[in-house]
Amino acid sequence: MKIHEYQAKEILRRYGVPTPKSQMTREAAEVPKIAESLGGRCVVKAQIHAGGRGKGGGVKLAKDPAEAGELAEQILGMQLVTHQTGPEGQQVKTLLIEEALDIAHELYLAITLDRETGKPVMMASLQGGMDIEEVAAENPDAIIKQHFDPHLGLLPFQARAVADGLELKGGTSRQAQKLFAALAKAFLDTDASIAEINPLLITGEGDVLALDAKMNFDSNALFRHKDIVEMRDFDEENPLEVRASEYGLNYIKLDGNIACMVNGAGLAMGTMDIIKLYGGDPANFLDVGGSASQEAVKNAFQILVDDPAVKAVLINIFGGIARTDRIARGVVGAIEELGNVSLPVVVRLEGTNVEQGRQILADADFDFIVATDMDDAAKKAVDAAGGA
Amino acid sequence: MSIWVSNETRLLVQGITGNEGEFHAIGCRDYGTQVVAGVTPGKGGQEVQGVPVFDSVAEARAKTECNATMIFVPPPFAADAIMEAAAAGVELIVCITEGIPVNDMLKVKAFMRDFPGSRLVGPNCPGVITPGQAKIGIMPGHIHTPGSVGVVSRSGTLTYEAVWQLSNAGLGQSSCVGIGGDPVNGTNFIDVMTAFAADDDTEGVILIGEIGGSAEEDAARWIRDNYEKPVVGFIAGRTAPPGRRMGHAGAIVSGGEGGAEEKMATMRECGLHVVESPGEMGATMAKALGK
Repeated sequence: MKIHEYQAKEILRRYGVPTPKSQMTREAAEVPKIAESLGGRCVVKAQIHAGGRGKGGGVKLAKDPAEAGELAEQILGMQLVTHQTGPEGQQVKTLLIEEALDIAHELYLAITLDRETGKPVMMASLQGGMDIEEVAAENPDAIIKQHFDPHLGLLPFQARAVADGLELKGGTSRQAQKLFAALAKAFLDTDASIAEINPLLITGEGDVLALDAKMNFDSNALFRHKDIVEMRDFDEENPLEVRASEYGLNYIKLDGNIACMVNGAGLAMGTMDIIKLYGGDPANFLDVGGSASQEAVKNAFQILVDDPAVKAVLINIFGGIARTDRIARGVVGAIEELGNVSLPVVVRLEGTNVEQGRQILADADFDFIVATDMDDAAKKAVDAAGGA
Repeated sequence: MSIWVSNETRLLVQGITGNEGEFHAIGCRDYGTQVVAGVTPGKGGQEVQGVPVFDSVAEARAKTECNATMIFVPPPFAADAIMEAAAAGVELIVCITEGIPVNDMLKVKAFMRDFPGSRLVGPNCPGVITPGQAKIGIMPGHIHTPGSVGVVSRSGTLTYEAVWQLSNAGLGQSSCVGIGGDPVNGTNFIDVMTAFAADDDTEGVILIGEIGGSAEEDAARWIRDNYEKPVVGFIAGRTAPPGRRMGHAGAIVSGGEGGAEEKMATMRECGLHVVESPGEMGATMAKALGK
């Protein structure tokens, strides 16, 4: 689960990570007053979940409260396009107004899980503000890494090593070490999957602050973090994905026109891949769950046909524990219940009682395009959607 | 001609009094597995369809000599159930539960270092089956046939797909292991490959990976250096957009790592028979074995 910058800073402050003075608002009219209270000169920052907000024009410096008000008018409501939003962009509904500080250096700092070692790793770099992936690609040795024990946290010598790697001295180094330990504790306590401060700011006076903050959380651990669940912003999510999650379905909207309904995450990915292999484009990832009950199939189908980009539907179900004939009845029942489905529907059923399952599809009032295996199904779906 | 699970397996089911636990415990027994005990704390003394239920794994182990366990405990308590089984000395721990927090699994990994005699498979996996002998897990037993091809996979239904293709091509399976779709798990590809390599009757292996992490690359390099029999490889998720979790918690391309193309390229370089289409896993194995 993702949250906004202002929410991440709220959490980090609780753990003792210093941040610039700031205030969140959804009203442009309030901005001049907020700017005044922050000393006049300030930064107006669009709050959307995607990165790259600055380059997209969503983060601007105002020299006085009047200009802050004007910038707020411009940014609030705009469709902010960044390399992470897709071409349609994301509408800005919230702003963070932040005091403008004197910047001496910008560094990079983040913690994530290293899957290979099974340990959290703190990563830091002198090239703040840059995408860490670019730094990693161009100059991997420029990234300072410290793996730490998830139960002991970041130890003092490890914090010192990171500060030394960043060439920090004296009081600045001591402030930074405290911040590193605080970030590590916040990461572990909140079951975060990413905690990133980019840039980490060193001011002209040598103070260390989090100028930006990003946190993502392990969705499997949200049951023990009610406060974080409350930070979820549904405006930032695709409405079809929100609806699917209410039904307990695993759905991700993609750019293509062939909708897929599959049981199991791996088979669902494999189905998307095979569509692409035959020249088509999947409209979504959708895992209806291992049992593929009639209720799940119906809800899933409704979501698929509500996507206006969809030109054909491919249902690929491997009937294992759930028998294929029962799944076929579920698919037929769902389509009859929905009525007027006018899209071509390719069905590939395999597994237990497959002959009975195919017979049920053949006997239905709806004209299914029945496929014999995965390759056949993908070819038929690509044809039905208008060809490669 | 199998790994880890056989007709010698004496299975315990943790969480046997829940719907899923009961359903699949009986499913395993119907397939031929010796299901000797169940555990649900506070429900000791009951029976589930003739299977005695105990309060703790230690008690179940002492009274029934179970040597494997299948876990259906809900996510908030599943890590504890795994550690309880390890502490009681159970040799094979298969955790089916999906949705265990990563931090809980890090605890499990640290804890299990003190119990090298216990192997964890999963979590979030379909389990392990040795066709014709026994199964521990939720896979449909009847699509399998006894034989000599090993299958190891991060995904459930994609494993069934591979098994079905093999069975239809007249190729039976020695054992099939689902290692699970989570980023931190107990048994990895190399562990399973090592076991298949030690099993003379396994003549080839289908290895099914997913996007995310670098376990497939590590396995490919291990195979290049240690395994001479044919290995057919497939990676699901070529079309997955970066930064999105594709169902499985571990199936995510992030930080420029874990992409399908890179994994497939490494597998090819290491001599695996990489298939572009998941529809060709069985046929490719048949060809590689000259059948």
